Amino acid sequence: MRNVYLDYSATTPVKEEVVKEMIPFLTEKFGNPSSLYGPGLEAKEGLTKARQQVADLINAEEREIFFTSCGTEADNWVIEGVADAFSKKGNHIITTKIEHHAILHTCQYLEKHGAEVTYLDVDEEGFVSPADLEAAIKDTTVLVSIMMINNEVGTIQPIKELAAIAKAHGVLFHTDTVQALGNVPIDVKDLGVDFISMSAHKIYGPKGIGALYKRSGINIPSFVHGGAQERRKRAGTENSAGIVGFGKAAELANEHLYEHAAHSDGLRRKLWEKISAEIPDISLNGPKDFTKRHPGNLNISFDYVEGESILLLLDANGISVSTGSACSSESLDTSHVLNALNVPPEKANGAVRFTVGDFTTEEDIDYVVEKLKEVVAKLRELSPVSGMEGWK
Amino acid sequence: MALYNDTVMEHFMNPHNVGEIENPDGKGIYGSPVCGDMMMVTINVDDNDVITDAKFKTYGCGSAIASSSMATDMIKGMTIDEALEVSNKKIVEELGGLPAIKIHCSVLAEHAIKNAIYDYAEKNGKSYKGLEGYVPETDPDAHEHGCQVEE
Repeated sequence: MRNVYLDYSATTPVKEEVVKEMIPFLTEKFGNPSSLYGPGLEAKEGLTKARQQVADLINAEEREIFFTSCGTEADNWVIEGVADAFSKKGNHIITTKIEHHAILHTCQYLEKHGAEVTYLDVDEEGFVSPADLEAAIKDTTVLVSIMMINNEVGTIQPIKELAAIAKAHGVLFHTDTVQALGNVPIDVKDLGVDFISMSAHKIYGPKGIGALYKRSGINIPSFVHGGAQERRKRAGTENSAGIVGFGKAAELANEHLYEHAAHSDGLRRKLWEKISAEIPDISLNGPKDFTKRHPGNLNISFDYVEGESILLLLDANGISVSTGSACSSESLDTSHVLNALNVPPEKANGAVRFTVGDFTTEEDIDYVVEKLKEVVAKLRELSPVSGMEGWK
Repeated sequence: MALYNDTVMEHFMNPHNVGEIENPDGKGIYGSPVCGDMMMVTINVDDNDVITDAKFKTYGCGSAIASSSMATDMIKGMTIDEALEVSNKKIVEELGGLPAIKIHCSVLAEHAIKNAIYDYAEKNGKSYKGLEGYVPETDPDAHEHGCQVEE
């Protein structure tokens, strides 16, 4: 059976070049980077190189990169850190209704401890309105956090414009770039952002390693307390193999950014064209203009059927996708993102996310459409609601 | 590795009793697409109150479809009184278990079957102990936004 992985937004396979770079840091260069002898210094050297590679990908300075255990930690750190460091100025944070749970749940946690949080609405394609952001800023606002690319529907926010509004009001700006990194150009200086969160495993690097970019001159407290690692900002013995892997993945992402994005975009368009030509009664969730969307992302609602059933039958055919449906195995809530985009619940329940990436081929797309067509037809045969009055 | 056990997967991949009986003796619907799952059951019943045929159509996740398949298998050949005793718990047992969060999916089949029997009883002026005081509900959304979740 053919295996086709179409969930690159969930995670990516680690590239061979990256693995090759990591292995020595698990074997001969195993030393603790804080140690002052040979193996320790070798490990330290690896960290320095990787920090530069990650900095280069986002046009930052090496000293502005702080490695964390994942993107979620970077999100938690910046939200809690700014709330703490600027508590004298105010307690108000602005974010959006479509953020990752790493942001939303951190904000909800802070609300229990006295913070005030504004969750901005988005339009039907998932875009935040700059005017809404401006109107929400108050004297007590300490931070604006808006993700660069949404993980479910792929909406690319106008971060430069949004960051400029925050800056004009003297408010710090954070963007979670976990889905954006390596898929669209990110230049922290040009964007005018103060913090960004990143993760290695979405750019063909290993899991368990992320980073926070913190613009020089802004001070926030440590999130993990202990030793003097990461310029005393993030304690704990460094995951040297992970960091080196992140560095190599960042270097490759930087070298191949446009080629990667063009490859993804081409296959994504092909997938959409074939699905929309061959399967009736579907709708695209998120931006219709593909230039304003993650280059590999499609989020499609299939009428009269439920997302998890599609996922399971595709899985039986070797195809991996994800769903925003209520009936996913972990939760009974419909996707908060699709809700915020005003996707009706019966359509949200039939939503499937496809994300293509570097190892996806033209043949994979043909195979997926062939199988998807069968799967959706089978489930519609089984469904009592096909053509039901009042469905639309 | 699979999300569900082999019995559930088998009933999901190759469900039994799919379809709709023409001019059925009883028809029941439960759930809605807004809720995430919906089942329609049609049954035929003979003069001795034995369910001779049962078919279903279900909108829902893997466990909703598997529960529908298993539940219709179970009630075929049962008397109405026996079928009214088929609880979601029994359906889950026959399936060899469902993930905790999916238990509510089996409730769908129990209710849809009950609604089909109610329809049969109404049409034929019959009454059954298991239906005493039963008011069929087709749409759990009617009184509560979102899915009705029973553990």
